[in-house]
Amino acid sequence: MLFTTSNKILLLKVVIHLSAFLPLLSLYYLAFNDQLGADPVQEVIHFTGIGAFNLLLVTLTVSPIAKIFKLGYLLQVRRLLGLYTFSYAFMHLVNFLAFDLQLAWSLFFNEIVKRPYITIGMIAFVFLTALAVTSLNSIKRKMGKSWQRLHNYSYFIAILVSVHFYWSVKSEIISPLFYMLLTIVLLAFRYKKIKELILSMFVKKIRSK
Amino acid sequence: MLIKIPSKSTLKTSDITDESVYLQRRQLIKSMGFLGAGALLGSTVSTKANAGFFDSKDSDTASFKTTPLNFKADNDNLSLIKTPEQKVISHNNFYEFGAQKNQPAELSQNFKVNPWQLTISGECDSPITLDYDDLTTMFALEERIYRLRCVEAWSMVVPWIGFSLADLLKKVAPNSSAKYVLFETLHDPEQMPGQSNRRLGGGIAYPYVEGLRIDEAMNPLSLMSVGLYGKTLPPQNGAPIRLVVPWKYGFKSIKSVVSIKLVREKPQTTWNKLAANEYGFYANVNPAHDHPRWSQASERRITSGGLFAKNRIETLPFNGYGEQVAHMYKNMDLTKYY
Repeated sequence: MLFTTSNKILLLKVVIHLSAFLPLLSLYYLAFNDQLGADPVQEVIHFTGIGAFNLLLVTLTVSPIAKIFKLGYLLQVRRLLGLYTFSYAFMHLVNFLAFDLQLAWSLFFNEIVKRPYITIGMIAFVFLTALAVTSLNSIKRKMGKSWQRLHNYSYFIAILVSVHFYWSVKSEIISPLFYMLLTIVLLAFRYKKIKELILSMFVKKIRSK
Repeated sequence: MLIKIPSKSTLKTSDITDESVYLQRRQLIKSMGFLGAGALLGSTVSTKANAGFFDSKDSDTASFKTTPLNFKADNDNLSLIKTPEQKVISHNNFYEFGAQKNQPAELSQNFKVNPWQLTISGECDSPITLDYDDLTTMFALEERIYRLRCVEAWSMVVPWIGFSLADLLKKVAPNSSAKYVLFETLHDPEQMPGQSNRRLGGGIAYPYVEGLRIDEAMNPLSLMSVGLYGKTLPPQNGAPIRLVVPWKYGFKSIKSVVSIKLVREKPQTTWNKLAANEYGFYANVNPAHDHPRWSQASERRITSGGLFAKNRIETLPFNGYGEQVAHMYKNMDLTKYY
């Protein structure tokens, strides 16, 4: 059998690797050689930023699709997609710090504190980092139930990132609004789960009082 | 029979990147970024309805014809490292032709600049209308190598060619009621796709309007530019005539001007109307006054060099032109009148 489930997963993973890694490779090749327009810095920041958001949304699309079309095996590509989301976000941050601010660390920390859109972007990145480092199977097993609780923060990250995008633009708000809409649609699939999460937080607060 | 065994280093025909592919490299990485970038709202707007990946060239800049100008060279600013011409004409904020930096160069090449009419009117004794030929023949042209500081914290050094705005205004003899000068860009949605497509045009109001106080307009540094790098302006840089006010953020330097009006009241200008807390009427370059979303204390000077170019430099008050312009603002609180 050519199309066994494991073959399908393998094929899917190869596609993900090619379509996420090759663009990064060619992006930096062109940028280092000054072939990426007049301002390669802006180009790499925008490319990796929007790329990270795209990947995050794709990651969040997997489980609704798996559920609706009864394709349970799809869930096995979520970690790979999530790690690429993190990699793009990491490069987005590196671009800002290393190529835009050119390692002016004090300016970097100032900007994180002073500019709300950078603050929430940074918060989203910290959460994303937590999800990435806990993605190893051994850690996942050790964490037990708290692993799922931590990884539910991906919904929160998606909201932060959509606001980060919206606040970052000068006047062209159609693209960020479209992304916001997509985020809302994807979260709507988890309506019940998110409602329970919010309720349980609320209940705990009352109990602890 | 001769059997040729190519050495390993010999390139096969199939190894050579086709020129059309090479010229499309930026589009290519964008389209390759299926997950990375292109899948949802990607970043390219196709210039043609059914453009294939490889059938149009990277830059159509050759299709708009610029012509060489006669001018007096600027020998006082030769120490400034100029931004390469290719970068000056491919990295533009001109939302009338698209809100992304590369779009104006791509979407403006069929822009008609001849015939053109520039009307100078309002509070003056002898209003005039200049036509296309007047723009380059009415005044002796001179080169001015100016720093250009964008409000987005990048900058360039551009060798403009033009004449003093003051000389133009003196021609119409402003009267004593002329307190401000109002500038307007051409409004022609058929030629300027950003004016008819909200996403392309970045959601600002058209026509684009800018303004100066009369003393700012009469300052010798204020330039009406008709060219750069020795030739007439390409459309993406504001052909056939634009304003250049080097001590103010770039958005003050309005492009493709059709009307200059002397007025009594401070004009409502485009970016100021859109977000008054971010873009003031004066918009003097001021490292001590941050944009709400980023620091204005330093800037990235775009010259040559890729990602590793060390080009972050300190921003100077009035973009380094304080000596010539600071006196106009001496009794003003520049944090209030930013």
